[in-house]
Amino acid sequence: MTGFLDSIGYNDWVLPGLMLIPLIGAAVMMILPVRAPTDTAVGVETPAARQVAFWIFMLEFVVSLGLWWSFNPAVTGWQAPIDIGWIPTWGVRFTLGIDGIALMMVLLTTFIMPLSVLGSWTSIRTKTRSYYALLLILTTGMLGVFLARDLFLFYVMWEVMLVPMYFIIGIWGGERRIYASIKFFIYTMLPSLLMLVAIIYLGLHARTAGGTPDFSYDRLLAVGSGLPERTALWLFSAFFLAFAVKVPMFPFHTWLPDAHVEAPTAGSVILAGIMLKMGTFGFLRFALPLFPGAAMNPTVRMIILVLAVIGIIYGALVAMVQPDFKKLVAYSSVSHLGFVMLGIFALTLQSVQGALMIMINHGISTGALFLLVGIIYERKHSRLIEAYGGIARVMPMFAAILTFVSLSSIGLPGTNGFVGEFLVLIGAFRTYPVLAIISTTGVIFAAAYLLWAIQRILFNPLKPENATMTDLSKRELALMAPLIAAIIWLGIYPAPVLRRMETSAQQLVNRVESGSSIPRVTEAGR
Amino acid sequence: MLLQTAVSVASQIHPLSGTLAEWVWLLPALPLAGFVINGLLSLSGAHFGPSDPTAAGHHPHSEGGADASAISHSENAGASGDDHHVVKRHRWAGVVSIVGPGVLILSFLLALGIWQAMAAAHPEAPFIQRWFSWMPVGDLQIDAAIQLDQLSMVMILVITGVGALIHIFSVGYMREDPGYPRYFSYLNLFVFFMLMLVLGANYPVLFVGWEGVGLCSYLLIGFWFNDKANADAGKKAFIVNRIGDFGLLVAMFLLFANIGVLDFIGVNAKAGELMTGGPLVTTICLFMFLGCTGKSAQIPLYIWLPDAMAGPTPVSALIHAATMVTAGVYLIARSAVLFSLSPVASLTVAVVGAVTAIFAATIGLKQWDIKKVLAYSTISQLGYMFVGVGVGAYVSGMFHLVTHAFFKALLFLGSGSVIHAMHTAYHHTHSGEDAQDMRNMGGLKRYLPVTCVLMWIATLAISGIPPFSGFFSKDEILGSVFARAHGSTLASATWLGIPGSTLLYIIYGIGLAAAFLTAIYMTRMMLYTFHGPSRTGAEEEKSLHEAPWVMTGPLVVLGILTAVGGWLNLPEVATDILPIGPTQVLEHWLDPVVGGATTRITAGASHVPATTEELLIGVAVLIAVSGIVLAFARLKPDRLPRKRDAVAETGFEGVVANKYYVDEAIDRTIVTPTYAVSRNFLWRFIDAGLIDGLLVNGSAALARGFGWMGSRLQTGNVGIYAWVLVVGVLAMLGAFTLR
Repeated sequence: MTGFLDSIGYNDWVLPGLMLIPLIGAAVMMILPVRAPTDTAVGVETPAARQVAFWIFMLEFVVSLGLWWSFNPAVTGWQAPIDIGWIPTWGVRFTLGIDGIALMMVLLTTFIMPLSVLGSWTSIRTKTRSYYALLLILTTGMLGVFLARDLFLFYVMWEVMLVPMYFIIGIWGGERRIYASIKFFIYTMLPSLLMLVAIIYLGLHARTAGGTPDFSYDRLLAVGSGLPERTALWLFSAFFLAFAVKVPMFPFHTWLPDAHVEAPTAGSVILAGIMLKMGTFGFLRFALPLFPGAAMNPTVRMIILVLAVIGIIYGALVAMVQPDFKKLVAYSSVSHLGFVMLGIFALTLQSVQGALMIMINHGISTGALFLLVGIIYERKHSRLIEAYGGIARVMPMFAAILTFVSLSSIGLPGTNGFVGEFLVLIGAFRTYPVLAIISTTGVIFAAAYLLWAIQRILFNPLKPENATMTDLSKRELALMAPLIAAIIWLGIYPAPVLRRMETSAQQLVNRVESGSSIPRVTEAGR
Repeated sequence: MLLQTAVSVASQIHPLSGTLAEWVWLLPALPLAGFVINGLLSLSGAHFGPSDPTAAGHHPHSEGGADASAISHSENAGASGDDHHVVKRHRWAGVVSIVGPGVLILSFLLALGIWQAMAAAHPEAPFIQRWFSWMPVGDLQIDAAIQLDQLSMVMILVITGVGALIHIFSVGYMREDPGYPRYFSYLNLFVFFMLMLVLGANYPVLFVGWEGVGLCSYLLIGFWFNDKANADAGKKAFIVNRIGDFGLLVAMFLLFANIGVLDFIGVNAKAGELMTGGPLVTTICLFMFLGCTGKSAQIPLYIWLPDAMAGPTPVSALIHAATMVTAGVYLIARSAVLFSLSPVASLTVAVVGAVTAIFAATIGLKQWDIKKVLAYSTISQLGYMFVGVGVGAYVSGMFHLVTHAFFKALLFLGSGSVIHAMHTAYHHTHSGEDAQDMRNMGGLKRYLPVTCVLMWIATLAISGIPPFSGFFSKDEILGSVFARAHGSTLASATWLGIPGSTLLYIIYGIGLAAAFLTAIYMTRMMLYTFHGPSRTGAEEEKSLHEAPWVMTGPLVVLGILTAVGGWLNLPEVATDILPIGPTQVLEHWLDPVVGGATTRITAGASHVPATTEELLIGVAVLIAVSGIVLAFARLKPDRLPRKRDAVAETGFEGVVANKYYVDEAIDRTIVTPTYAVSRNFLWRFIDAGLIDGLLVNGSAALARGFGWMGSRLQTGNVGIYAWVLVVGVLAMLGAFTLR
């Protein structure tokens, strides 16, 4: 495989290629002739749009898959690097590169996107060309965030993501879509602007002898650790706010339930599956390595860890009492992402690797949950848990899959969810045993909220009005199959994924440990 | 030192390599294959079968329908008595009847072969089969690996042997259920996870099985999911078990943080680094034991097991009596090295076991549902097992685990055959009576003679009447407790200020008292079910009949095992009375695994003298016999009213009949407040009110407010502008002059 990839010069073009393919796709979308729906009752406008989008995303996925083999897990530093001048007077360059962390995030993105197209297949009926074009542009933005090696480029991509999602929620969303989309936009935009200020400060601080700012990540790494303590703390705070809202960490999470509930199915899938990871990715890529001293300041670290633990328990408890299934899943995300934050700031190799695993797992399992909600929503047009009941009898296949995905979400061993949570907790226990024990109770609450919800949806007496609900169609089955396969694979044989991320995770731990005064975690049992 | 040898032997060629033991992976693989096949048949039947939804609403035998089969009806008291005498089996029932039990029989035959190989090879160290690296992260290296040793062999034989019998029984019992393939797929999956639990070579792999069996328990308790009570019971079981799993997880974290390994060989080798009796090893053991109280239904986490009786009765026999609920006992035997290092933790296990044994036995005295009696009996007997492993008598605990698997599986399947008969009878007359309530039974020995005789054998065994199996195993536990009080690390330790030897005598007394109660409630159950006049109803009596051979056959096999199971581990003293066979077979068999830990606890102290031992046996038998006699003397099955004529018990009896109101208390103090706080305080107040309302939308409103004020000022009326100008100038002048 690697031989073939080398022969086509894969590493030289793959990263910009991945960002370009969706843009070309979006352009194609715009030249598609508009076709009115054939059947106005259920018809989809311009059905070719979804076909084109699906195949472009499949192409994107196949192209990105080469990274799995071309990536060398043993090498530290960037792989498949690209460096092109962009805005010379500001010192901004178009630089891309990939490491173990970005690798898995990119693959997660390209894996989720075709599925979200399938999830929109019949539910998006109007302005389909624009819808799929926005999905494609969004993909470029998301990949840009994961791949950027220049902080200015990163910031541009960070904001590029925001706009398509704003429209996706605002145009194709539910009843309160306007409120939700504006809330989403302002909530995430405000702290991002603070981050922009911090980025500009850093760029100016690192300016060359000629006075040109420098936004290159590798250069700023060196600069960041040399900053005075107070300055570093301020800059870290700006980054922290931008990322904490995105994660979202308690108490910056209230945009999420609204956005999730109002977004169309694919919007929720992408939001939960990929965009929430931007926040935690930001901590791993920027906030921690750039300002290790500030992040590992005992007070700051403790505040963040405590917020993470509150998020785990609070998210689970609030999820438990939600009448709306989408809101339940939204709050469960707060809980899951709390585990990720715990893993990152506990800063052991196991906890960071576990955090990365949860980022992947949450993308798969929560994405699947939103797709499943979408499936029954299309049949009954209700997100309320109590509208269902007993439907396992008429939808056995749906019931089997929903149960399975829920089990993965609550971390049943043998599914992907367990691997992430176990690694985070066992790693965090080495540095913060009490917080780790408190967080472990999260596994109990997770079982409580999801099992209670699926009982009220799938089990209990069958409501007569639900007796006509039909089981999964072939398309819906095809949509769930890859997610189920991923859940089993990552639960039983996560070693190849862990191996690919280990060097980068270890590098991060080392960098932050050496850049701050915290004691190193010694080998267990010594 | 023994441990050091174990490690060095493992690195050499193992005596089991090249033998049939190489096929050990096939043991769990077979039931897993059965799960896949039956599961797909279940879904395919559902998908391509008739799917007329209106029919699903009214006709109980529609595809995917699950709550109103012939059997399920009996266990869903109050379900409507539809007219459905016409039996329509699931379209794949034939294939499933072969695959479901077939994989278990094959697994059992393979297990027998492996057992032969092991008996011939006498391995001192476990045989490890490493599949692949599961979670390799830095110094944490967790393999997907299984290990075979004498302890797992005992469990494997019980799981596959008793499991196969229960699978065969289920072919008859679940015959007419529309969810037939789904039932067998769950049951096969359960056996797969149970085998992973006992085969896992490290704690995380054990944990896969540990939670996996919990999952299957959840699925099978809620098998007839359209009844809310069943779905509730399944959920309760899962969540309560998760509380226990939390403990097991923390124990793993502590082990890894302190000795850096999680595989059994490594933990046993490095356990010495955890200071003996120190707080660390005690903490680890106590967290681990929290896990056991969940899975094995001990105080305080026993509350899920009685509710679990909502599942089909063979499930209760397999999962909630013979195998899964004994996983906690297995875990402690597996971690014997750790527990033997902590007398305090060991005593805690014994105390909790003893208290649970007597507590559950008292509740068993007052239950009317035949399955509930057996459920509390199981909790009580599990308590005995924990007393055994708690006092470091790991072999006795395992011995009782095995004999209990025989007689309790027999009792549950026997009750299944009773319920089957009762249900069929009520079904014929479209009666809504409760087919599981003993007040509706009586005199069943005339109709179910085979079941009656076999259940009496099991009753004598569980009561501790020689020569049945339960007598030997229970007696060995009680004897060990007595012996430990004389000389052991436990006797010299103190537990919450109580001297260990005193505590052990108290435990011994509790054990005897619980044995007395066991004899009473079991005799009561038998009297009310099989003896006296029939209370079933004149019309119904006509259709009462013994179950088909596919159900009675497994009962007979279990009856034989119940009768002779004691020969597994005859006490030395038995041969003084009558030379009936080799003694202490199980003790010798398990010696390579738990021998060292047992020796550490006994500290070399010898057994009690033979005369004392004979005296103890005499006392135990006397107590059991007097319990049975008392029940015969005091209980009057001929005066028992039917369920619908019964009056509720009052006073203390009422409290016991209502299970001491524990469920109600937990509901009021924990469950309801948690929901209320989450809904009203966390969600409505903190989330919607404070964060979103006040801070987020509040700041938006503030911004809008300022904007509104600004826009109000821009009226375009020059007069007002002039006024503001004048006021401003005056104010400035005033400020300057008054300064």
